[in-house]
Amino acid sequence: MSCLQTIQDYGLRSIGIGERLLPRNDFTLCEQFTLIGSGMIWNIYFGIMALATGFFLATALAMGKASTNKWLRKPAEWFIFLFRGSPLFIQFFFAYFFFLSLKQSYPFLDTLTSAWLGALIVLFFNTAAYTGEIFYGALRSIPKGDIEAADAYGMTGWARFRRIIWPTMLRLAWPAYTNEAIFLFHATTLVFFSAFPVWQQRGDALYYAGYFADKTFNPFIPYPILAFYFILLTLVVIWGFGRVNKHLNRHLPASKRSKMKLRLNLAR
Amino acid sequence: MHWLFYLSFFKVLLLLAITAPVALGFGFLGAMAARSHFPPLSMLGKGYIAIVRGVPDIAFFMFFVIALDQAFEWTRHQILCPEWTDPIRQGNDFIVCQAAKLPLGSAPEWVHETYGFFLAVITFSIVFGAFAANVLFGGMRAVPHAQLETAEAYGMTRRQTFWRILVPQMWVYALPGLSNLWMVLIKATPLLFLLGIEDIVYWARELGGYKNPKFTQYPHGDWRMWYFLALLVFYLGMTRVSEIGLERLMRRLSHGQATSGGELLRKETTA
Repeated sequence: MSCLQTIQDYGLRSIGIGERLLPRNDFTLCEQFTLIGSGMIWNIYFGIMALATGFFLATALAMGKASTNKWLRKPAEWFIFLFRGSPLFIQFFFAYFFFLSLKQSYPFLDTLTSAWLGALIVLFFNTAAYTGEIFYGALRSIPKGDIEAADAYGMTGWARFRRIIWPTMLRLAWPAYTNEAIFLFHATTLVFFSAFPVWQQRGDALYYAGYFADKTFNPFIPYPILAFYFILLTLVVIWGFGRVNKHLNRHLPASKRSKMKLRLNLAR
Repeated sequence: MHWLFYLSFFKVLLLLAITAPVALGFGFLGAMAARSHFPPLSMLGKGYIAIVRGVPDIAFFMFFVIALDQAFEWTRHQILCPEWTDPIRQGNDFIVCQAAKLPLGSAPEWVHETYGFFLAVITFSIVFGAFAANVLFGGMRAVPHAQLETAEAYGMTRRQTFWRILVPQMWVYALPGLSNLWMVLIKATPLLFLLGIEDIVYWARELGGYKNPKFTQYPHGDWRMWYFLALLVFYLGMTRVSEIGLERLMRRLSHGQATSGGELLRKETTA
């Protein structure tokens, strides 16, 4: 079977298009590359969706945590502590069994137990908490002069937030946010290894890599392939976020423009 | 059977107690290698740091557990059965002679479990060693350069400068990173479950479930949600305690240092 044929059969296997049965023996390199790559669809889906939705909740959480009103500050602080203080792995388990028991009382919540929605909700809350903390840190380090200038211009409320505080916050938080995005993509590999079941063997990249390692008892081929895909994904994320960083800093003179440091943190 | 569940909490604490110093040691070696002036060594150190960054840690966990096991068995195979001629990898199998099996087929159950735990500890140490190496490398670079130049002016050798000037001073710069790492390490401990260890996640799933073939003495509904809620609270408690402890440690290390933290402490005591 040619490699092109394999790609046609298994390229979209992870979302249920193509050959139903996974290859069982005599795995070729092409099959491993194709299936693990096909699994990456899920990792990218979870990552992008969680980032896109989490961004807004994170902004709200950061504003809440920085608020002087106790009723806004306390819930935001607790939310951030809850999701940053416990392992994502346990969060997945808890959420799954929580959704499972919800389903028993309210059958219409059925879809919550499937990974595409249930796991996404957990990732959404999780990344919102981490990002919220980053944004909160940035919010506190906005130069005092910027806000005084806004006051002097008579800007208040929404206008001041929209035109001064928010852009500056993003600009300051962006390098750390890039880091968080990378780690979020890495965290998506946990989804199918925690409680969420893999339906009809439609798993993510790590699921397929684990499948091959299990069947061949040889970890030295599938895991490096997975590593290759993830390094590629990491580079794409760094590139994309770097573009946005450039856009955020476009008003600064070229000499002052902070070049985003490529030496990012290793840990979340 | 519930005492096994409580015992597994100690497994987690034991893992933390062993992994943290070992990973710190690996990290120190890695950082030293990355700083080295001998190119292959520095490339090795930097490569070790870089690769763990780009790839999800869970992939490393899955990889190293099998890879280490096979590496050990392969080495023993080469030593113990030199007359063996069949290839070790036959199709989808990995075959070594009986004497090279780890642990031996005849070994009691606890040896198997200890061996599994041992592999998990090494795996954790390798992955977190790379994280620690990055933090320590950053800490070493953050020590003011003038300090090192002064040491050189006093005629210290490179080795003396490293051990007497650089190492004592780098900790305060490395501590924020290391405390972050400690938090990440705590939060990575449930991954033991994936490495085939019967840890708290395993027992929470077993004991919380209903219709369990193993434990029929305590029939109850599906309590897994509550078991995992308990684990969640356990981890939150660990995090909170660590935060307080690390805060104290930072205060102590900042004492008398030429950093803003040290300056704050000085003002507090003089005011």
